[in-house]
Amino acid sequence: MSTLVLTLVIGLGLGALYFLVASGLSLIYGLMHVLNFAHGAFLTLSAFVGWAVAQAIGVSSWGGFLLSILIGALVGAAFAAVTELLLIRPLYERHIEQVLVTVGLSFAAIALFEGIWGTDPVTIAGPAWLSRTTPVLGASIPNKYWVLIIAAAVVLAALVLFLKRTRYGMIIRAGVENRAMVTALGIDVRRSFTLVFAIGGSAAGIGGVLAMHAMTYVSAHLGSTLRIFAFIVTVVGGLGSLTGAAIASVLVAVLQQVANTYLGGTGDFIVVILLAVVLLVRPQGLMGRRA
Amino acid sequence: MNAPILQVRNLRASIAGQQVVEDVTFDVPATGITAVLGRNGAGKTSTLRGILGLISRKGEVLLDGERIDGLRTHRIVQRGVGYVPEDREVFAGLTVAENLALAERQREPRRDFVEQLFPALAERRDQRAGTLSGGQQQMVSVARALLNDNRLLLVDEPTKGLAPKIVTEVADALAEAARIVPMLLVEQNLDVVRRLADQAIVIAGGRVVHTGRAVDILNDVELTRRLLGVSAEEHV
Amino acid sequence: MRDTTRTRWVPLLVGIVVVAVLAMLPLLNLSIPGILPGPTYTPGSLALMSLCMVFAALALSYNLLLGSAGMLSFGHALYFGAGAYGLGILLKAVELPLVPGVFAALLGGVVIAVITGAVAMRVNGIPFAMVTLAFAQAGSVLVRRNQAVTGGEEGLGLNTAGVPDWLVGVVNTRNLYWVSLAVVVIIYLAVLWVDRSRLGHLAAAARENDLRVRVLGLHPNRAKLIVFVIAGLCASLAGIAYLLLQSGTQPSAVGADLTITVLVMVVLGGVGFRWGAILGGVLYTILDQRLTVLARAEGIQQLPDVLRVPLSEPLFILGVLFILVVMFLPGGIAGTVDSRLRRRRGGTADAGLEAMDEQDVLEPVSR
Repeated sequence: MSTLVLTLVIGLGLGALYFLVASGLSLIYGLMHVLNFAHGAFLTLSAFVGWAVAQAIGVSSWGGFLLSILIGALVGAAFAAVTELLLIRPLYERHIEQVLVTVGLSFAAIALFEGIWGTDPVTIAGPAWLSRTTPVLGASIPNKYWVLIIAAAVVLAALVLFLKRTRYGMIIRAGVENRAMVTALGIDVRRSFTLVFAIGGSAAGIGGVLAMHAMTYVSAHLGSTLRIFAFIVTVVGGLGSLTGAAIASVLVAVLQQVANTYLGGTGDFIVVILLAVVLLVRPQGLMGRRA
Repeated sequence: MNAPILQVRNLRASIAGQQVVEDVTFDVPATGITAVLGRNGAGKTSTLRGILGLISRKGEVLLDGERIDGLRTHRIVQRGVGYVPEDREVFAGLTVAENLALAERQREPRRDFVEQLFPALAERRDQRAGTLSGGQQQMVSVARALLNDNRLLLVDEPTKGLAPKIVTEVADALAEAARIVPMLLVEQNLDVVRRLADQAIVIAGGRVVHTGRAVDILNDVELTRRLLGVSAEEHV
Repeated sequence: MRDTTRTRWVPLLVGIVVVAVLAMLPLLNLSIPGILPGPTYTPGSLALMSLCMVFAALALSYNLLLGSAGMLSFGHALYFGAGAYGLGILLKAVELPLVPGVFAALLGGVVIAVITGAVAMRVNGIPFAMVTLAFAQAGSVLVRRNQAVTGGEEGLGLNTAGVPDWLVGVVNTRNLYWVSLAVVVIIYLAVLWVDRSRLGHLAAAARENDLRVRVLGLHPNRAKLIVFVIAGLCASLAGIAYLLLQSGTQPSAVGADLTITVLVMVVLGGVGFRWGAILGGVLYTILDQRLTVLARAEGIQQLPDVLRVPLSEPLFILGVLFILVVMFLPGGIAGTVDSRLRRRRGGTADAGLEAMDEQDVLEPVSR
């Protein structure tokens, strides 16, 4: 029983992490039809900078931890916004080149990170509470997963509020449905592109800092592994749907953990099977629209 | 005679590499409704979308004497061109109020005018537009274009797929709107054209093949049969 | 109308001459300083040139997928790895001799391509790309986890027991060179055949306008799947050559990273052009090798950190180069040359990235 509880909560925690990374990807694709291959790079840079900040303040202090998350969010937003302005915007309506340019950015960024911080993973540490556990129904849950779940819930709430209550949010929701019609109402969607990139980058940044704490290391390839799960989650959830991404994140992560615990470590494999099944049965994803 | 509000010269347009508008030249007078007639696939919708820059186009388009063919769509619309697209294209996930709010461009939009024309919408402000009936969605689509002080409206098959009673309501609304803003109206329903349009142009194979007064064209049985494939008499 | 006799025979003659020259290189004492580590008959240079040809072959197979059929895949390396690991495992575990092993590995590659292709093609455009990425990742994980069979992270060594002596050992690099040359010629001919065949024309038409092809009663998806499988088969063959050349293979031959590398090669060379793919494969391999050597050079090591760090990472330089090419020279080398020639003759491109943008290749197609 306690194993099941542990598995489920860890699944929820990982799902929170996947959501943080996938939410931005899904919105960016939904609005701009751009696959941001460099999303992992935003994550990785935020993690490295967040770690530097935490080290400067004191790794075991909560102040350092919280500040590193904030800085991670800002770094992610900035990196993403600059990417959109310099690389994506000039390639307006050239969708293939836009995807390729993010591939190139990812390629170059990872190489640069390796050059700056080396190829070996750097072990990190955080506030002592994170490495302890809390007993729940007989299971000892590592506390870092609570932080992940809370962070994802906060980000989800913030995103939903933004989308439902602000004009830009309304423009983005309309643009995801029908971008051409938004321009036909006299609105310059391109401004929203930068905003969506920045939001996605910011969520990825938060995810990066928390991923670093969840795995207790940071490396140039931190983003690459997560990116693949983010892609799977986005396709399963339905491209462009925030709620789809949320549901799919939990589904994928819990399934992965259950398979890892009870089916001998086959979690990664089972997730790909899930992807295949979803594609065969419902290609547009759980909450996606038929093209 | 007033200068035309819109002048289109040698418009060519293509979609994904396919030429859909070959060479279109016509004027839209500064008052009243000009109908665009033609068979399915003649290039009527593509002409409107080409004017707005929604599809790739070449040629000259002048709005009140100023070139707009080089501008991006949102800039053209900001210059005062309203668009009521074929198939309505309301945002299904947004409420009626949000659909309208999105369209508002000026400090004091014509909310009262729109509310007067479409009282049914006022009752449904918080309803998701995707759950509206076809006729109600059409009202939202037309209302969007009337909220701002536009200089020209491009209206594409507003009565398509609607029940006769709703067709009349939409036609009434358009007639009312035409009193304050000129319109370029693509329409297959010849009764509506007869009722609303002053001038008409006929498009076939991506080119303008005939222009003149709407009533003259519709009364020319042989012409309508040849160019539109229908007998205008059947609609009396 | 151009002179058809000329257009038919000239490229063929040029091709034969080129292949003949390449075949003779191991017997010559040519030096290309700065590019080759030694004269052309030395094992080091031969190994480098062989690697160039293996990647040129892989690039050709990827260009068939992206340039001809308009399918952006991030998982193409899966089939390359399937060929390499397939043969490696069969040689080691089952102790098959080389020739049956090659056929079995190719068959394995085809089966994997059919299954993954059929599932991935339930969607198209960007979702398709994401799915192929996931499959390649699954393959990579499979390889890394199953230490016993695949050698895990350390990689799989070549079991030379089943391999004829003349293909083993540094002294026989010459023979491996000729095998690589044969492989790239075979794959080139295969790709050429597909492009020129009805199948290739159908796939290209589907790339341009999927709906129009369907309306004509044709089945674009079937054609695309066949092209997908052929491209996978070619990649598997290249993988087999890779295994023999490198005397082993490692997990990086399977994952998305290698596919991205091939994508970089094809884009640099010019999407939609066969000779562009070859050029891209060769150029990338040489640049990768030479930039690594350059990075250790005195001059670079002495630069301040801000310049030294980026310049010491060849992949960073290649990535930046890739970005610049995509933004300013989307046709790649072959595309830019081709458009210069066309502009003189007066015509528009119907291949390459710019044409694919016009055709909106990545937009989801309704079923």
